[in-house]
Amino acid sequence: MLELRSLTKRFGDFMAVDGVSLAIAPGEFLTFLGASGSGKTTTLRMIAGFETPTAGEILMDGASIADLPPFKREVNTVFQQYALFPHMSVRHNVEYGLRMRRVPAAERRSRVDQALAMVQLGELAARSPRQLSGGQQQRVALARALINRPRVLLLDEPLGALDLKLRKQMQLELKHLQTAVGITFVYVTHDQEEALTMSDRIALMRQGQLIQVGTPRDLYDRPASRYVADFIGETNLLAGTVVESRSGEAALQIGVDMLRGVCDGRLETGREAWLAVRPEAIAVRPPVGEWSGGNVVSATVREAVYAGSAVRVHATLTSGQRIVAHVAAGTSVTVGAAVRLAWPVERGRFVQE
Amino acid sequence: MSRNRLRTALAAALPVGFVTILLFIPYAMLLVHSFWRLQGGVIRHELTLENYRRLFGTPLYPDTILFSAGIALRVTALSLLLAYPLAYLLAFKVKRHKQLMYMAVIIPLWVSYLVRAYAWKIILGQEGILNGLLQSAGLIDQPLTFLLYSRWAVILALTHIYTPFTLMPIYAVLEAIPPALREASQDLYAGRWQTFLRVILPLSLPGVLAGSTFAFVLSMGDFLAPLLLGGNDSALMVSNLVWSLFGVAYNWPLGAAVSVVVLLMTLFLLWLANKVETAMNYTGRRDGMIGAVRGGGR
Repeated sequence: MLELRSLTKRFGDFMAVDGVSLAIAPGEFLTFLGASGSGKTTTLRMIAGFETPTAGEILMDGASIADLPPFKREVNTVFQQYALFPHMSVRHNVEYGLRMRRVPAAERRSRVDQALAMVQLGELAARSPRQLSGGQQQRVALARALINRPRVLLLDEPLGALDLKLRKQMQLELKHLQTAVGITFVYVTHDQEEALTMSDRIALMRQGQLIQVGTPRDLYDRPASRYVADFIGETNLLAGTVVESRSGEAALQIGVDMLRGVCDGRLETGREAWLAVRPEAIAVRPPVGEWSGGNVVSATVREAVYAGSAVRVHATLTSGQRIVAHVAAGTSVTVGAAVRLAWPVERGRFVQE
Repeated sequence: MSRNRLRTALAAALPVGFVTILLFIPYAMLLVHSFWRLQGGVIRHELTLENYRRLFGTPLYPDTILFSAGIALRVTALSLLLAYPLAYLLAFKVKRHKQLMYMAVIIPLWVSYLVRAYAWKIILGQEGILNGLLQSAGLIDQPLTFLLYSRWAVILALTHIYTPFTLMPIYAVLEAIPPALREASQDLYAGRWQTFLRVILPLSLPGVLAGSTFAFVLSMGDFLAPLLLGGNDSALMVSNLVWSLFGVAYNWPLGAAVSVVVLLMTLFLLWLANKVETAMNYTGRRDGMIGAVRGGGR
């Protein structure tokens, strides 16, 4: 329904967005994820109409909207700092879009009441924005955008200003709201955890380019590159040389250890590659005893950090590379002890630069 | 007294002394003088309301005050008309050399007031630049004499002199409006004009109010422009009146009374403007712009 074709934005010498092509389905929750300066916000602002693309197309149901001013696009935005009008009450803020579209007063009133009820702010309609907490302002901003029943709702780091607990709660609320209203959400965030929690699909951006698009599970389990593996979640990247490979599997030599993992197609032997292993996939075992199947390496425990539900074990391989494993909180781990680290072959994934 | 407190007291003594000697004492003397009696050319230290009775009983004095207010009102209106669009352009449309452009607007403030007032004499005079231009263009045969020495010359010069004062606060509030608010308005289907009317203008009103107050108060109390450029109908604004009462007329008590009335009017205006501005204050700032300039009045 919303389609970006080779969308490009250049500020002087700086390529902010570099040939982004992406089709977004109706009712989808799509997140542009990336570090600051990756072009995610600029992409969103081009969809909203606040920036003019240098090249490329933005299509809504097949028709180009790239040349329309913001007030003629059927999209609405929830801004980073909410951007509520400080001189208007909550009601007048929410009503603004309907007023501009000359919706009759009676209908306006009932729709504002509905929208405020939807975000559980019915009793605050007469307040001024500065009398509200951050979370409440956030909800007003949502109501103000959603009341217009846009085709696409754009959200620019909407939870960035909230504290952690409220942010977690709003993540779920936003997701429920999106499912309930069925409007396409295009969401921008630098917080990978937030993206994993809420999105149907994530579009990961780096230096203005899309580097991987897929479901949260795709990005987490099948990162397309070393950067993606590192960016999404916590991961161990073990560097080594490919020593053998057949379709879908390869082995990496790291010092004296040989580690197996899955890959797309075949890897060229002799090349440098990284094996990405999630900390939660790694088990810590005693240095002696039976252990068959999967990868097993010797390591020395450097540090064990208690982190509530898990213990984060930092260890060093014989090659000197560092590795982190998350083990259940009850496990006893001695700093300085020699251990063996083990994980199933399919939990290790080869990535390249 | 500890050393620290002594040091604080010494540090405070200078500004407190400065304010006392240069502000409080003169104002107090002004107030006291306005209640003293003038008898046979001698100021007698007896309390009387005679000066105020004469002030309000003689049409000249209230008329001059009202005339000055009328001039000030027109100057204010013209300054706003010039300053608002200019401030808007500077704040939103000028992207490059913004600071430079702003300085260009403000720079006349660094030129001596007298020079600027004289400049208008040169422009508007019989042998002036404007007449010269019009004559050489063949539009007029004889130089126009109504240009200089008229209330319009006074209004023109005062507008020129005080427009930067109007512009500064308006520019400051416009600059402070977050760009996201304009974007939000456009995002919610408001065109440029609606966005201006519903978002920019209301949010800039505190600056407009502050700027208007400056223009009004400053031009109402102006002395040189009417003296240099005013005609028969306009050489006498309230400051000139006070000047002649203190000078040639040697009627200090009456001059003081006129000053006190104008001072009270001005203070009332500042108080009122600050009150209105605080009521319009949406950002939660404790004091308005006028209050800030006055030094946080309340």
